[in-house]
Amino acid sequence: MTALKIFAPGGFTTVQDRGRFGFQQMGVPVSGALDLFAFQVGNLLVGNQDTCAGLEITVMGPKIEILKEMDIALTGAKMAMTLNDKPVEQWTSIRVRPKDILTISMVQQGCRAYLAVSGGIKVAKVMGSYATYVGGKIGGFMGRPLQQGDILETHGAVLLKIPRALPRKDIPKYPTHALIRVICGPQDHYFDMDASPLLGTPYMVTTKADRMGYRLQGRAVPIKENMPKSIVSEPAMPGSIQIPPDEQPIILLVEQTVGGYAKIATVISTDLPRVAQTTPGDIVQFEKIDLASAHRLHREETQKFRRLKAFFG
Amino acid sequence: MMASGLFEKAVYRLAGDTGFLVEFGEGIDPTINARVRAMAKALENKKPLGVGEIIPTYRSILIIYDPGETCPDALFPVIERLETSLKTLKLEPARLVEIPVCYGGDFGPDMVNVQKAHGLTSDQVVQIHSHPEYLIYMVGFTPGFPFLGGLDKRLFTPRLETPRMRVPEGSVGIANNQTGMYPIASPGGWQLIGKTPLKLFAPDRTTPFLYKAGDRIKFIPISEQQFSRIARQEEDR
Repeated sequence: MTALKIFAPGGFTTVQDRGRFGFQQMGVPVSGALDLFAFQVGNLLVGNQDTCAGLEITVMGPKIEILKEMDIALTGAKMAMTLNDKPVEQWTSIRVRPKDILTISMVQQGCRAYLAVSGGIKVAKVMGSYATYVGGKIGGFMGRPLQQGDILETHGAVLLKIPRALPRKDIPKYPTHALIRVICGPQDHYFDMDASPLLGTPYMVTTKADRMGYRLQGRAVPIKENMPKSIVSEPAMPGSIQIPPDEQPIILLVEQTVGGYAKIATVISTDLPRVAQTTPGDIVQFEKIDLASAHRLHREETQKFRRLKAFFG
Repeated sequence: MMASGLFEKAVYRLAGDTGFLVEFGEGIDPTINARVRAMAKALENKKPLGVGEIIPTYRSILIIYDPGETCPDALFPVIERLETSLKTLKLEPARLVEIPVCYGGDFGPDMVNVQKAHGLTSDQVVQIHSHPEYLIYMVGFTPGFPFLGGLDKRLFTPRLETPRMRVPEGSVGIANNQTGMYPIASPGGWQLIGKTPLKLFAPDRTTPFLYKAGDRIKFIPISEQQFSRIARQEEDR
């Protein structure tokens, strides 16, 4: 059933889910929501399954006409939102009805917001996922970002009996100076890690920052004299920090599978949302941690999410 | 290190907190790649608990895992045991996949560059390019993009000085010692010498891809008429 009519699409709005898995060996990147925490909390707030799709909204929000009664929630980056010109809160469920007008404005903090809707956005699954892979023109709504006039459907769903709101203490902050933890490697042997400026000096996010990757600017990260300037091409994990010939780091994200440059370190999975919430001009600073600490943080994140799930019942 | 560049023992490299690489050798070499594929297959057949995707590459395997269920310390011994038992493991016989290609003209706008670089006629380029059975070392970059080994030295041609903003899907090209094809339209700097009418990435089909790593590819020269006919058949599928 039709649910949302797009009056204005915003900066860059795509249908996303948790990602497309199982096809990376064929060169199909995972795609999916970049800030998985915010995205998944959105589904929780409207009573959805984990597998439901929502909208990823970048920098500038869309204006949407509501076509059916449902619960919605906006999570992630801070963007002012109004329903029929009245301000409404983020990180909380809101009941909307046909003819309501939802307007989401310019970002105030962070970069990407997530709109969850009851039942999830209904689009054809492509290779097991709803996620839009813009570069490959597949998934989501016609394999592309939303445009003016698009009409989206949602799956049927039972609406909430009582509204849900994320406890204030659990709402993440998105600072313009983000501390990002990394694990060294896979090609840390190409670099003098003790002297590398990557760890310790600040880097600025440039305007070349999208779902494929974030180009950073700061002190040059040289490869050791005796090492080659590139590697035999190999797949890269989201969060890999690769060093191209200009020696300025690039954080690879979810729309790329193979890279040919040495990867000095990899952002831990827990901190990927922090990267995704930085915008051009923001500062990132990398800090090295060991695998056991990263796994402890990963467990804590999982537990936090389980606790929230239990909280909402 | 042995003569072929194969390591005596696999080398592990962490790729964040949810993945690691198992490297079997240095460089691009069929022996190393055969080991990669044999190991990837063995792992797929008996996937250890907590392992998600197993991605074979030129000379390594990227293993993605759920840190809630396993960790590298638990997985390394499993992989080592598999590696020692690998001598008994047989590779699937390589499939040969034929890819029809219409060379030159509008389909291969850089054919002239390749001819000029080597003083060859267009027919000679076609003959040399369509002769080998190319090994697919790895698939990636874009969906279904094959990294092929076995290009004849006589065709090694540097990339375009200015890459194209958009290379049409199906284009077949050369970049230095590599040859390959673009399953989806994307920016690229390869010298384009032809085009295949086949859909190399068909996400809506039950089998979206025509080949996988370890298969071999043979290019079959076709005429423009044959190109149109096959293109129509592909549309109807």
